[in-house]
Amino acid sequence: MKETVIKVENLTKKFGDFIATNQVSFEVEKGEIFGFLGANGAGKTTAMRMLCGLSIPSSGSATVAGFDVYRQTEHIKQNIGYMSQKFSLYEDLTVKENIRFYAGIYGLSKQVIKDKMTSLLEQLQMTAEENSLVKSLPLGWKQKLAFSVAILHEPKIVFLDEPTGGVDPVTRREFWNLIYEAAEKGITVFVTTHYMDEAEYCNRVSIMVDGKIEALDTPRNLKTTFNAGSMDEVFLQLARGAKRTAD
Amino acid sequence: MNAVAVNNIVKTYGSKKETVKALSDISFTVNKGELFGIIGPDGAGKTSLFRILTTLLLADSGTASVDEFDVLKEYKQIRNRVGYMPGKFSLYQDMTVEENLEFFASIFNTSIEANYDLVKDIYVQIEPFKNRRAGKLSGGMKQKLALCCALIHKPSVLFLDEPTTGVDAVSRKEFWEMLKELKKQGITILVSTPYMDEAAMCDRVALMQAGKIMSIDTPGNIISKFNKHLWAVRSEEMYRLLKDLKNYSNTESCNSFGEYHHLVLKNDDRDKEAVLKYLQVQKHMNIEMKPEQPNIEDCFMQLMNNNYDRS
Repeated sequence: MKETVIKVENLTKKFGDFIATNQVSFEVEKGEIFGFLGANGAGKTTAMRMLCGLSIPSSGSATVAGFDVYRQTEHIKQNIGYMSQKFSLYEDLTVKENIRFYAGIYGLSKQVIKDKMTSLLEQLQMTAEENSLVKSLPLGWKQKLAFSVAILHEPKIVFLDEPTGGVDPVTRREFWNLIYEAAEKGITVFVTTHYMDEAEYCNRVSIMVDGKIEALDTPRNLKTTFNAGSMDEVFLQLARGAKRTAD
Repeated sequence: MNAVAVNNIVKTYGSKKETVKALSDISFTVNKGELFGIIGPDGAGKTSLFRILTTLLLADSGTASVDEFDVLKEYKQIRNRVGYMPGKFSLYQDMTVEENLEFFASIFNTSIEANYDLVKDIYVQIEPFKNRRAGKLSGGMKQKLALCCALIHKPSVLFLDEPTTGVDAVSRKEFWEMLKELKKQGITILVSTPYMDEAAMCDRVALMQAGKIMSIDTPGNIISKFNKHLWAVRSEEMYRLLKDLKNYSNTESCNSFGEYHHLVLKNDDRDKEAVLKYLQVQKHMNIEMKPEQPNIEDCFMQLMNNNYDRS
């Protein structure tokens, strides 16, 4: 049976006269990898912040993991994971300290943290680096560690904001393998990216233009609908019509 | 005459105990008027290289010159004739668009009017906002203003450090169109990027990884050096297909590439039937397998793997 974990109806956010997110509606199912695409300034970040419980909508409704984005933002935060390229881990803490810190924030017990620490370090093959400062790690390792830390508390949904920017092509693919494994475990993945080949790895993709969702479907159906050979072409067709200047 | 010449440049960071080699023995030249791409992920050494060439950073050893001026002895001449757009937005946020451009023109003893034709096509796009403070501009407009400021003294060599990072696909395409126009004016352009697909827009590219240049050539020649037969494979369950292909005894490499996986078989085997049979045993549905042209990213990963093998 399909289980809806994100349900969004006419979600809108205004800043003065400016409508950043304009009557957006969609649903995301459990275990789905949902690609959230759009040009810079299309309103992706604003929408994502509302779904993470960090920004109260101007109108419309949405539930994330069953919790209301107006009234239950603290519950939402406890049930999601979040990672972005810009901010993920504390550079001046070691690998172990970062894991312990995040696990503690999410309220995991000492015993659980201990067990998870061992298995996580083994899985990432980073046991030898456990006492290294995060800033000394290569970017690709940091990103993989950051993702694993973001799902340590087994959230229902993980939000990934451009997680692979600047990462080398081999590590970028290893990162996506982690995403697939998380999805297989039933974690819903909500991801933004500027790499159009990564759009193909999503079960479904939405494309935002000027605050609205202009297209939402599987990559294959989108390519058929827009008579395009690749997701890159689909994106260009839609985003070229944008009136807003990029942010 | 070379616009840029780099000979055996080495740069390390850190203390004696813990050193990081940012550039290990890099050598290459860039011709006058060339649009030259330096393609590589974060940590490849792209920024260190640009900062050495723009005389903002000293190399540990090796020599380098820009327009035949030495980066060490003749740094003043170099600073007068190059344009540099750093990866991080570095204009004055509290000054308006127009003030920033005027400022950069005046420190090079010129004026906006003197070189207006060079920046005109780009500047008209931000001119409606010329009284807005630079810090209040959108990302795309900041990028255009930074490019104008790097161009206003009519540099002979332009260094652009990751101008398209974090920029969406549409704006990236527009930016490359602007570079092609600038190239027509005879400016030599060195541009770095982590996006492999942008290599196709350059005359020549250097593929960089972990402080080394793995390959340097025209994009076409780099692709023709991919010496294996490449297959594109897909089925209904792409992640399981990837795992199964990686476990296949005759697989040399398998990487996901959009809607297909790119597969290279050991000893350059071209036996499609054996692969299909294996996948059918694994109960894959709607299998499709066809020969594929490699792209720059395939080449980059092949080079990365070859380098790992050696170390």
